[in-house]
Amino acid sequence: MNILVCISRVPDTATKVVIGSDGNSIDSQGVKFIVNPYDELAIEEGLRLREKNGGVVTAVTIGTDKSTDVLRTALAMGVDKVILVKGEENPDSFYVAENLAAVAKDENPDLILLGRQSVDFDSLQIPSALGEILGMPSISVVSKLTIEDGKVTAERDIEGGCEIVEASLPCIISAQKGLNEPRYPKLPDIMKSRSKPIDQRDAAAAASRTSIIGMEIPLKQRAGKILTDSDDDINELVRMLHEDAKVI
Amino acid sequence: MKNILVYLEAQGDGLKRISYEVISAARSIAGDSARIYGVLVAGNSGQAENVGEYGLTDVIVANHILLERYSSTAVAATIFQAAESVGADCLLFPANAAGLELEPRLAVKLSAGYVADCTGLSADDGIIATKPVYAGKAQVKTKVETDKCVFSLRPNVFTATKADSPVSTNFTEMVPELTDNDVSVVVTSVDKNEGTLDVLEADMVVSGGRGVKSAENFNLIESLAEVLGGAVGASRAVVDAGWRPHSEQVGQTGKTVSPTLYVACGISGAIQHMAGMSTSKVIVAINKDKDAPIFKVADYGIVGDLFEVLPKLTDRIREVK
Repeated sequence: MNILVCISRVPDTATKVVIGSDGNSIDSQGVKFIVNPYDELAIEEGLRLREKNGGVVTAVTIGTDKSTDVLRTALAMGVDKVILVKGEENPDSFYVAENLAAVAKDENPDLILLGRQSVDFDSLQIPSALGEILGMPSISVVSKLTIEDGKVTAERDIEGGCEIVEASLPCIISAQKGLNEPRYPKLPDIMKSRSKPIDQRDAAAAASRTSIIGMEIPLKQRAGKILTDSDDDINELVRMLHEDAKVI
Repeated sequence: MKNILVYLEAQGDGLKRISYEVISAARSIAGDSARIYGVLVAGNSGQAENVGEYGLTDVIVANHILLERYSSTAVAATIFQAAESVGADCLLFPANAAGLELEPRLAVKLSAGYVADCTGLSADDGIIATKPVYAGKAQVKTKVETDKCVFSLRPNVFTATKADSPVSTNFTEMVPELTDNDVSVVVTSVDKNEGTLDVLEADMVVSGGRGVKSAENFNLIESLAEVLGGAVGASRAVVDAGWRPHSEQVGQTGKTVSPTLYVACGISGAIQHMAGMSTSKVIVAINKDKDAPIFKVADYGIVGDLFEVLPKLTDRIREVK
């Protein structure tokens, strides 16, 4: 099975976001960048399918020279080869989808795996956009995946439950928590990954369809009333919720 | 902007609440010239009978034998045909499980710019969408550069507003042109946890963290959630410990919620958790540690032992309701 895993490079989830001087993006000074946590699930799933069925797992990211770190992490986890598509620093997701589609056309995968969303812009839009561009079925937010004889059965999380979705290969799957437990790269594999080749390509000039005109930290004024655990205070809390905030 | 097409999502005999929120958002950006259409796929006009109260004058009801089982690709093809039939240049979806799979496909089909999970839409010089990023630690204002645009709207954020006076709604039946090729994915079964509300859809959420100490102790959280008619949420620590399912996790690698009331119990307030709930309308925190970061985002805080506070709070709310 030929598996393509699309990964992205995102700020560590513990990052305190500071707006950069351009007013349109975050200040990346001192920010630690990691493989998008949901993409680790996608990598792990690709590796497990290879271990079961044989084949090749390729990881790809759309980024800049900085993105080699996340590709090396993918190599250390065990992917066979990696592709860096060099393009714009902060592309819009259509640009990403178009360029991933171009790589997919070259690599001709049976299965494309991604994280359900990148924890930076949280748009969840690449899997279906990619599916539409490539004319492939896509199933998003998958927490259980079975592939047998080219038939894909996926458990997909929906509001208040899950649904079973079927499709045939080639297919696109986006990974949700619960799909697997990603492995930690071992030190010798991390060392080895440093000398492995990275296939570098130039991004196609796809026009962005959206532009960011401003980024800000949302400020919400909170009442900030702190009470004790006395019975009177508990009653007062309920009174305030009922009469002041009018939420109960 | 000429025409807006709103995706209406059926639920039982009616529509999901988010559908009315999306109709209202469409009206807020339509101005005087744009006309608003609704599209209901694999449903019947009865399910949308009250959309006139929300000012929606036109609904397309699309049915086809290939739509009997839900297929995101076939539904996307249907919405595309509906959009073309009314000349829609702006599509609005709910940013929920179904909507988030459909809209990127529509954006590609329409060569449209697309912004997901919007919390604000304004129409000045073109439409400007506000969208949380980094799980709500920041937000961006985004302008669409293409002639056509597609947006999905976060549930519970836009207010469903009735029209000053109800309008009569014109329902148009449509049979889309579909082939087996359009049905490349299909839902074969749905397993809903009947009786339990999802944190994403709930108006009231009661979440427990490490301070709850065990899976069994979550009965305290469940009791309060039940009295409030809300859902149970959980911090990452609790989900990682296996006390609660992933589906209840609130935070950057879980769900981002904006209920009317969010009660955080025994949650210290890691930055990743706060990113997932800080847009809630009213936040109550209960924690032993008076210095817990959660109190910084709370409207009301109780410094105390949740094992003593929760039963009293639950009883008191039951009395008031």
